[in-house]
Amino acid sequence: MIAGLAAPLIIMLLYSFWRQDGPNVDTTLTTFNYEYALTKYRPIFIRSLWISGLVTLATVLLAYPIAYYVAFHVKRYKFIWLILLTIPFWTSYLLRVFAWRIILAREGVVNGTLQGVGLIDEPINWLLFSDFAIVLTLAHAWAAFAILPIYVSLEKVDRTLLEAAADLGDGAVRSFWRVTFPLSLPGVISAITLVFVPTIGDYVTPDLVGGPRGGMIAKMVYNNFKASDWPLAAATAILSMVFVAFVAFFLIQAIRLSVRSVK
Amino acid sequence: MSRPLKKVGERSVGITIFAFAYLFFLYAPMLVLPLFSFADQTIFRFPIEKFSTKWYEEIVERPEMLRALWNSLQVGLVASLSATLLGLLAAKAITRYAMPGKTLALGLISLPLFIPEVLLGLALLIILNVVGIPLSLMTIAAGHVMLCTPFAMAVLVARMDGFDKSLEEASLDLGESGWMTFWRVTFPLIAPAVVSSLLLTFIVSFDEFLLAFFLQGNEMTLPLYIWGQLRFPSNFPPVLALGTCILVASCALVVFAEWLRQVGTPGDKPQVGV
Amino acid sequence: MTTDYIRVEHVTKRFGSFRAVDDADFGIRQGEFFSLLGPSGCGKTTLLRMIAGFEFPTEGEIYIDGQPVTGVPANKRPTNMVFQSYAIFPHLNVYDNIAYGLRKQRLPKAELDKRVQDALAMIKLSGFEDRKSDQMSGGQRQRIALARALVNRPKVLLLDEPLGALDKKLREQMQFELRQLQKTVGITFIFVTHDQEEALSLSDRIAVMQKGQVLQIASPRELYESPNCREVADFIGTMNFLKGLVKAIDGKTAVVDVEGLGLVNAPLPEDYSFAPVGAEVLVGARPEKLDVVRGAPHPGEKGVKGDIGACAYLGDRNHYQVTIEGLGHQLMVATEQGDRSTLASFSPGEQVTVSWGDNSLVLLPKT
Repeated sequence: MIAGLAAPLIIMLLYSFWRQDGPNVDTTLTTFNYEYALTKYRPIFIRSLWISGLVTLATVLLAYPIAYYVAFHVKRYKFIWLILLTIPFWTSYLLRVFAWRIILAREGVVNGTLQGVGLIDEPINWLLFSDFAIVLTLAHAWAAFAILPIYVSLEKVDRTLLEAAADLGDGAVRSFWRVTFPLSLPGVISAITLVFVPTIGDYVTPDLVGGPRGGMIAKMVYNNFKASDWPLAAATAILSMVFVAFVAFFLIQAIRLSVRSVK
Repeated sequence: MSRPLKKVGERSVGITIFAFAYLFFLYAPMLVLPLFSFADQTIFRFPIEKFSTKWYEEIVERPEMLRALWNSLQVGLVASLSATLLGLLAAKAITRYAMPGKTLALGLISLPLFIPEVLLGLALLIILNVVGIPLSLMTIAAGHVMLCTPFAMAVLVARMDGFDKSLEEASLDLGESGWMTFWRVTFPLIAPAVVSSLLLTFIVSFDEFLLAFFLQGNEMTLPLYIWGQLRFPSNFPPVLALGTCILVASCALVVFAEWLRQVGTPGDKPQVGV
Repeated sequence: MTTDYIRVEHVTKRFGSFRAVDDADFGIRQGEFFSLLGPSGCGKTTLLRMIAGFEFPTEGEIYIDGQPVTGVPANKRPTNMVFQSYAIFPHLNVYDNIAYGLRKQRLPKAELDKRVQDALAMIKLSGFEDRKSDQMSGGQRQRIALARALVNRPKVLLLDEPLGALDKKLREQMQFELRQLQKTVGITFIFVTHDQEEALSLSDRIAVMQKGQVLQIASPRELYESPNCREVADFIGTMNFLKGLVKAIDGKTAVVDVEGLGLVNAPLPEDYSFAPVGAEVLVGARPEKLDVVRGAPHPGEKGVKGDIGACAYLGDRNHYQVTIEGLGHQLMVATEQGDRSTLASFSPGEQVTVSWGDNSLVLLPKT
C-alpha cells in the first residue's frame, strides 16, 4: 500500500527531469523543465501563492472565532454545532462553487437583493470573476479544515489555566493573548497547512469564478498535461509543491516567533 | 481587582452573532441551490419570478446524466469499500503493533490529505501510463481509494484508540484465536466506526472531481458530467434539481455517519476529525 | 524443588535497553495464593503477563504443571486472567461474557448453561444474565471478570490489580470474598498489587519486587518481621534505619555500635554473611516496637534519652518524632492508645526515654 503511494510520486519526480520531444519522451536527465517553468510561469506562481495566502488568512481568521465560540461558549450542543459546521464540507464541491456563481453574479442574489432594497442602482461588478470571488469561495470550501484543528486545540486548553490567569490579574483579552492563543497555536498551524497546501492546487474555483485571468498553477499543470508535455506538467506541479512547503514553513516559523515575543 | 466585572453574557453577544453569521455564510450556497432548482427560468437571475417543479421531472429525461450518476455510485462503492478495508488494516497496525517506520508509514498514508489533488492526479496518471493500464472507471476508483484511505483511517484509528486493549487480550486469554478475537470482539466494537467510515469515504468519492478529471476513460462520473454542463447554463437546471436531491441525501448521510461515530464512543468529549 | 507447580526460571524481559524483569527465579506451589508486590513500574505486571502469555521472556523459561510454556501464546495456556480494567466485553451481556471461553470449547448447550449458571451463583449474580456491562457496578464487574475466568477451570488464575478501581469499603469486602473463593476452588492464584496491606492480608506468600528484581519471597509475617533488605522493610510498613558497626558476634546475636543508641544486641538473621565483625550494617526498628516513657526504660529493655519533636494523633495510636543526640535524623515511635485517661500523654519539647528490647531490632545489610 505504501509502495502504491510512493511509486507514483517517485516516477513523477523522474519525469520532471526528462523532456518531451514531440510525441516521445527524451530520458536524458535535464533541468530544462524547471528553468522553463520558473521563467515562464513566474507571475503565475507568485499570483497563486498570493491568492492561496489570502485564502488561508481569510479562512483561519474566520474560523478561529467560530472554533473559539464552540469550544468556550457552547455548553450543551457542541456536537450539533460541530456537525453543522462540517456538513457543507461533505457536500458536492462543484455544486457549491456553482452556487457562489449564482450568488455573486451580475444578476445574482447579492446584487438582486441590494438593488431590490435600493442600496445600489448599478450591480456591483467585482463580485464575480475576480480574486475576491476566488478567496471567498475557497474560504468557504476549506472552512472545516481550519475550524476542526483549531477547535481541537482550544478544547484541549486546560480551563484552570484561564482561571489561574484571571487570578493573577489578567483581564479576558490579556489572558486570551497570553494563555489561550499560544496554547491553540498547534491547531492554527495545522489549519494553515491544511488550507494553504491544497488550495494552491485547486483547479475548479479559479476556473469557475476567477474570470479569464484567474488561472492558477493547477491550470498550468493541466494545460501542459493536455498539451501532452507531461514532463513540464510534472515539473510545474513539483515546483508548486516545493514553493508551498517553503512558504508554509516560513509562515509557521514567523508565527511561532511572534508569539514567543508575547510574554 | 478594581475593574468592574463584566457579566459573561455581555461578552458572548458579539461572538454569538458572529457564529450565526458564519453559519449563514456556510449554508448560503446550500440554500441557493434548492431555491434555484425550483425556479421556472433558465437564467440564474434573482429575485426569482416564478417557481415550478419541472426541472425535477426533467431529471429522468437525461439518460446521460443518469448514466453518470450510476457510474459515480459504482465508483463510490468500490472506493469506500476498499478504502475502509485498507483503513482498517492500517488502523490495526498503528494501534496494535509497534512496528519500525510506523510514523513514516502513517505519514505516507496521510499524504493525500496534504498534497494538492492536481499533483496526485498527475502522478497517478503518469504511473498508470508507465505501467500501461488503460483509463476507466476503475482507475478513477483507484485514485479515490488513495484519497479516501486517510479519512477512513482517521475515523477508525480514533475508535480503535478509544477502546481498551485488554478486551482483545481477555478474548485471547479465554482461548480464542487472533482471527476469531477480531470477529467476536474487535469488529462488533468498531462496527459503528466502520459504517461511518464507509459513508464518509463514499461521499468523498461521490463528489470528487479533479482526480476523476485526470483519470477518466470513456465513462463519466457525475461530477465530470456536471462540469461539462457548466458550460451550458441553459442545460443546467435539471442538474441543479438532481444536485439538490444529492445534497439532501449527503446531508442525511453525514448526519447519520457522524451520529454513528459518536454512539458508544468512550468518553464524553465529542471525537473530532476531518 | 519438585513441589513447585509453576516455575519461573531465570526470566529476564528487556524492552530495548530497559530491563522490565531482571533474572526472576522462583517457584509457586499448587493451591497457593501468591502475590507479586511492588511499586508501579517494578515489573510485576510484566512478569504476570509473561505467565499469562501476553509477553514473552527475552531470556529464561516458564513451566506450568511441569510443562514448558515459554513460547506458548495466551490462548493455548491453562491460565486465565482477571484484568485491571476487568475487560468486560461491552457488546455482550453478563451471560455471554461468562460463556465466552466455553463457547470456544464448543461445549454441549446444556453443560454450557449449567456451568454459566453455577458461575453466576458462585458470584451471587444469578438473575443478572441479560444485563450489559455498563449497567453493572464496579464490584459486580469485578465478580463477572472473576467468573468469566474461573468458569474455564484454569490451572492458575492471574489477577492484575483487580481491586485497584474499587473504593476502600468495597475493596475490603472483595478481599475477603477473594480469599474465600480461592479456598473453595482450590487453584493457584497469582495476584499483582502495589498495596502492601492487601498483599499481607490475602497472600500465603509474597514476592516483593523493585526495579525488575525480586527482592524477597516469604510469608507476610516473615516479610514484616524479618525483611532481608532495606527496600523490603521500607516498602512493607515503616521502619527506622540506623547506621551501625558490628563489634562482636555472640551466638545468635550481634553486638552493634549504633549511632545515637550506643551498643545494642540485635538478633542475627538466617543469612548473616553480610555482617562479619567490623562490617558496616543497618539496624532497623519498627516504630511500634519502640516506646517512649518518662524516666527509666521498661524493665529488661534498653533506653536512650531524647526530646519529643512533632506529635501526631491517629486515633488508635500516637506518632512521635524523637530527637536523639548523636543521631542524624529523628526517630519515629508509635505508641498504642490505651484507655481514655492516657490521651495525649507527651507534648513537644518534653524530655523522654526511648525504650526498646533486643528483639525489636532487625539487622540489615548496608545499602
